[in-house]
Amino acid sequence: MSDIEKSYSPGLATDIEKPIANPGIEPHRIRMTDKSEKHARTAEKQIAVMFGVSVVGAIIAIWGFFAFPIVDGDLAATRNNSLWMGLGMALSMFGIGFGAVHWAKTLMPDNEVSEMRHQARSSDETRAQALEIVKLADGESGFSRRKLIRRSMYGALAFFPIPAIIIFGDLGPVVGDTLKHTMWKPGTRLTKDPTGIPIKASDVTIGSVFHVIPEGLSEMEEHKLEEKAKAAVLLVRVNPSDLNEDPAKADWSYQGIVAYSKICTHVGCPVALYEQHTHHLLCPCHQSTFDLANHCEVVFGPASRPLPQLPIAVDAEGYLIAQSDFLEPVGPSFWDIRK
Amino acid sequence: MTSTTETSATDAKPGFAGGAANYLDERLSVSAVLKGFGRKVFPDHWSFMLGEVALYSFVILVLSGTFLTFFYQPSMAEVHYDGSYAPLKGAQMSIAYASSLDISFDIRGGLIMRQVHHWAALLFVAAAGLHMLRVFFTGAFRKPRELNWVVGFLLFLMGMGAGFTGYSLPDDLLSGNGLRIIDGMIKGIPVIGTAFSSGFFGGEFPGTEVVARLYSLHIMILPALIIVLIGVHLMMVIIHKHTHYSGPGRTDDNVVGYPLMPVYVAKAGGFFFLVFGVVAAIAATFTINPIWNYGPYDPSPVSAGTQPDWYIGWLDGALRLAPSGWDISIFDYVIPMGVMVPLIVSLLFLALVAAYPFIENWVTKDKREHHVLDRPRNAPTRTAIGAAGVTFYAVLWAGASTDLIATNFQMSLNQVLVAMQIMLLIGPGIAYFVTKRACIALQNKDREVVLHGRETGRVVRLPHGEYIEVHETVDKYELWKLIDYKDYQPVLARPDANGKIGLGNRLRSAVSKIYFEDRIAPVSKAEYELAHADHAPEAVTEKPKRKQKSINA
Repeated sequence: MSDIEKSYSPGLATDIEKPIANPGIEPHRIRMTDKSEKHARTAEKQIAVMFGVSVVGAIIAIWGFFAFPIVDGDLAATRNNSLWMGLGMALSMFGIGFGAVHWAKTLMPDNEVSEMRHQARSSDETRAQALEIVKLADGESGFSRRKLIRRSMYGALAFFPIPAIIIFGDLGPVVGDTLKHTMWKPGTRLTKDPTGIPIKASDVTIGSVFHVIPEGLSEMEEHKLEEKAKAAVLLVRVNPSDLNEDPAKADWSYQGIVAYSKICTHVGCPVALYEQHTHHLLCPCHQSTFDLANHCEVVFGPASRPLPQLPIAVDAEGYLIAQSDFLEPVGPSFWDIRK
Repeated sequence: MTSTTETSATDAKPGFAGGAANYLDERLSVSAVLKGFGRKVFPDHWSFMLGEVALYSFVILVLSGTFLTFFYQPSMAEVHYDGSYAPLKGAQMSIAYASSLDISFDIRGGLIMRQVHHWAALLFVAAAGLHMLRVFFTGAFRKPRELNWVVGFLLFLMGMGAGFTGYSLPDDLLSGNGLRIIDGMIKGIPVIGTAFSSGFFGGEFPGTEVVARLYSLHIMILPALIIVLIGVHLMMVIIHKHTHYSGPGRTDDNVVGYPLMPVYVAKAGGFFFLVFGVVAAIAATFTINPIWNYGPYDPSPVSAGTQPDWYIGWLDGALRLAPSGWDISIFDYVIPMGVMVPLIVSLLFLALVAAYPFIENWVTKDKREHHVLDRPRNAPTRTAIGAAGVTFYAVLWAGASTDLIATNFQMSLNQVLVAMQIMLLIGPGIAYFVTKRACIALQNKDREVVLHGRETGRVVRLPHGEYIEVHETVDKYELWKLIDYKDYQPVLARPDANGKIGLGNRLRSAVSKIYFEDRIAPVSKAEYELAHADHAPEAVTEKPKRKQKSINA
């Protein structure tokens, strides 16, 4: 057991006598560069060459900057610029790095030396002195004695940081009902994402998929992405006989055309993949899978709620329109989603 | 400093270096600093360089990141792109994305710096993680270094945070989907979720604020915290002095290695340039995060096979492996467990990692300082726990690639995912068992070598006809490595002064049993002498020559 260990409890450690005493550091092995001045000089030259190579690398990097100016539309210029500056810098670094390490390994002494450690614990004397200082400071300030001062100070210290938290109150607006409503209103036309061209029911053939945004979204100047993040819809037409429709929602579709929110109810990724023969919708982020033919119920993956359905109809000109907004919130679940 | 005194003693006119040193010493007492630290001894081992790699990657990150701040603009205002990347000309995008494209295509050296920055970030977290594993598996976290383990743990978390905030800055489609996932997770937190989401994004997702806020986190708050923590981390290394592996001449009282000046200044200084060189070479030749391929962020499109940077993978995997349909309803309120289970599980995992030194110390009750590292085999239970933890992390991490595994290996996505879920539950147990048995087997092998020497594979026939295999004794330096480790035994729960056995006592006794019940104790003097008694001439030799063999029956 060592000196440092002696003063502490070993706990569950056993005390087994070692078969042999610690033999001490292994004898030093002499290197060629220690024995022969010729080898040392060779190493010296090698190191100088490496440092020289570093200078060459730096010059290559500088050359790369000037030799490949940016040419609009020409990716080769960018690629060459990046490649030669990078390789030049790498060579420059390697030269210094290998040079320094080679220097240390061949010419600097490689005898291992031993240095004593000290316990982290201060000596008893030092600890007593430190304690003395604390007591002295306590007595001089009356910190322990004057309870009124001490307690009122705790109070002040507890309260002063609160404004620093409150001051961040305007980081974001108070959440109202915004999460529960989207841009869809009765009569809003379903349009293609991202062009905003309205979709005719007759254009939607069986098996086809449309990525849909509400009419007017593509022309929005403000809050376009926020609205899109809630209102994006996936429009699919399936054979009406394949649809297992809830009688209460029977008029939400039009001749096998159904519209469901594209925002995953797990954590909000776009559910962008549609598998035609199974009628499954798959979210590429975490693989939640929804059965389009069966109210978009979750058939696999971490999502818990079905994708909300957008009730649709057809207007006089044959364009698809929304009957209303979604009747439930879209996207990830949250605490008061049902309120 | 010797040069200063020498020159001033022998020469009336000191050179420039001597003059400068004198100037500084008279104002800052630099001589005392150099006297104290100049010959400080550091032990040498390849595994001690992992932490160095992390440190140097951070320096590279600060250097390349500073360059990027001169050109990047953290604004989400919309513009029409007019840079030299033809495929996106005229596209509507945020200024953040446009300026990231400009850094890549319109600023000479911009692309290489972006790539250096991204590669260095990947390396930083990887090196920090491997360094943590080294510290764990060698028991370097034991007293007096428990607090430094916690500091290192915080550094690893900060590294992940800095990585994620930086990754989101270009405001491209891929990173935008990452933020969308963060938004979904925040919203799922009971009671405060939606308010926090609104506070983070400045309103509804994605809003126009978040990039600027991530920028301030990424270039100010997180780097400042990392720098402070690195300072504390290294200061503690100086206070404790570095650990060393068990070996001849190494004890808990000393540190064996090479002096800082000149050897470590040259080796570690040179190593910084080597790390930088490797990062620069990779950045020059391998594309990372080609944001121009993804396009600007838009909440509607997404590409199949989306993947976060590697160090976020385990959290994304946790989200994928989460069970479905566990949502809890309290009155009319909802707790979405698809989000909360991964969140709670990953936080618990992190808490266990942070607390491990204290847990192990609670079991061993060993209050001594430990400066000689354990070989992983000599702490079988710790090593097995580590292997179980690594497996848990690895399954979560692989879980983030279920779709790619399924498509590349032509398997069913659903089956891959279910297999991962099963692996997550049983994998750590298997890893624990296998690792523990492997450690114990290796310890047994070490005992054999100590007691009977090393098998040479040479079979000889003795004059009386018996066949034996020749065993070669190991020299005393080798021997020391095999016998110098600490050994613990399980403790029985004993009644206290009141004659009662407390719950804590019982628990500790049970855990100590798990830890040390099937331990292999190091060879004792008595065993060693017994084993060598029947063939006395083969005492431990100073330097075994090839022909000097010990023969064991």
